Amino acid sequence: MTQPVLSLNHLNAGYGQTEILHDLSLHVMPNEIVAIIGPNGAGKSTAMKSVLGLLNIREGSVELNGENITDTPAQKVIERGISYVPQTNNVFVNLSVQENLEMGAWTRPNGIEDRLQEMYELFPDLAEKRTQAAGSLSGGQRQMVAMAKALMVDAKILLLDEPTAGLSPKYRGEIFSTIQKIKGTGVPILIVEQNAKQALGVSDRGYVLVDGANRHEGTGQGLANDPEIARMFLGGGH
Amino acid sequence: MWDAFGFEFVNFYLIPGLVLGCIYALGAIGITLTFGILRFANFAHGEVMMSGAYIAWTIMALVGAAGIALHPLVALPFAAIFVIGLFLLCDRWFYKPFRKADTIKIVIASFGVMLIIRSAVQALWGPNQITFVPGIARPNAWLQSVTGDAGMMILMPNKHLWIFAGTILLVVALSYLLNRTRTGKAMRAVSDSPDLAHVTGINVETVIKATWIVGGICATAAGVFLVMDTQTLETTMGFRMLLPMFAAAILGGIGKPYGAVFGGLVIGLAEELSAYPWIGDTPLLSPGYKTGVAFAIMVVMLIVRPQGLFKGRSF
Repeated sequence: MTQPVLSLNHLNAGYGQTEILHDLSLHVMPNEIVAIIGPNGAGKSTAMKSVLGLLNIREGSVELNGENITDTPAQKVIERGISYVPQTNNVFVNLSVQENLEMGAWTRPNGIEDRLQEMYELFPDLAEKRTQAAGSLSGGQRQMVAMAKALMVDAKILLLDEPTAGLSPKYRGEIFSTIQKIKGTGVPILIVEQNAKQALGVSDRGYVLVDGANRHEGTGQGLANDPEIARMFLGGGH
Repeated sequence: MWDAFGFEFVNFYLIPGLVLGCIYALGAIGITLTFGILRFANFAHGEVMMSGAYIAWTIMALVGAAGIALHPLVALPFAAIFVIGLFLLCDRWFYKPFRKADTIKIVIASFGVMLIIRSAVQALWGPNQITFVPGIARPNAWLQSVTGDAGMMILMPNKHLWIFAGTILLVVALSYLLNRTRTGKAMRAVSDSPDLAHVTGINVETVIKATWIVGGICATAAGVFLVMDTQTLETTMGFRMLLPMFAAAILGGIGKPYGAVFGGLVIGLAEELSAYPWIGDTPLLSPGYKTGVAFAIMVVMLIVRPQGLFKGRSF
């Protein structure tokens, strides 16, 4: 059996004394899009931040390609090839699009120019806006900048925290199709989404988080068609 | 027209205002960068600047004793190295331990650093002001004759020309650093969002060091230029500069280096021009109230437009 790229094993973690994740386990296989869905406050984003060493892990472990990276500081985690796009404030608003991408390449030793070209091919909208301040772009375009910025390193896995939050339906569709394009370049993706139905639609597998523990897991289609899950999360206007 | 008031206005108010403005601008650059990147108001900035000036003149005295007259601008880079070292040591000992604590702790720490540095300078060089035999700063003869022929005689001593040239050089270098180099862009990125910089993998500690280095060079230049202008070394000069420098940083917008340059020039000009006899024959504001002008501008800005003219961070 192939090894997971990223795995969270029986994680109990939280901020300070508050424990948010209880015995959470999940993994992402090579070339896979995995979605974490669940109600507000279920610990979806927290699960993602636990990978980056941004919170207190009491028990359990995080592994990248089988190597233990539990409690590794964010900067080292990123150097090891985990790229993270936060939900909000995910671009440097006063820097131009190109400067944002250059900052994304901070831990990349060389080949920045080539990588920039690849990103402009993957995100053609950004190529013509490369000298504009990222803060002047629309929400959807900012999200593109944030993803391109995260991909400037040779990412082993891309973590996306609610990439479509607050975006119009048109941009949501665009983001999801970009996510599939990124998968096509061979980068596995772990995605946290409120927008459960669309997220499961593009995902190979999904996990349903409730109260910091995984309640259900299955294939993207399987979860999307599961009546119980539909009743819980997919019915509303998300 | 020129003879009636132009001559007096330009030579006795406008040019001194711009000179003062350059000095404020250079000091304010360091304050605004520290505020933007390290997120605290560094009260010790003026004292570091003052100690840089003392070091520069000490270097000049030591070299002078060996029979070589050194121009202050030649001593400046050496003093800057000292100032950068001082900033980095202060950071290591007094600021770094509070990096993740409440801002007020690091602000109080900088207040302590301010008192430590001033006392150390007073202990080493004595508390009294040191005045250099002023000599008469003769206006640059070439500039005087060229502008005189054109009917607009400008009297500017060489030291003022040096101050202008030095300021322009430093601002151009700063702009190159911030817009063209990796470290400079990272400084802007950290100023923009330290959290995002952290999860982008940017080495924030390296950026902080770069900030102290840039702030140190500008602060030393400001200190040396001020002493070149006033011909006086005083242990309180840093503290006196602090208020107008903060006013300049706030006017331009916190975290905006170009804003700080613009703010510095405006504050310097406002202080000098406030003493111009705009109405009648007496100064509009007695020169004794000059410092009040910077304070008034700062208070008004904080009430009316706290983000500053260049849309900096507001608190």
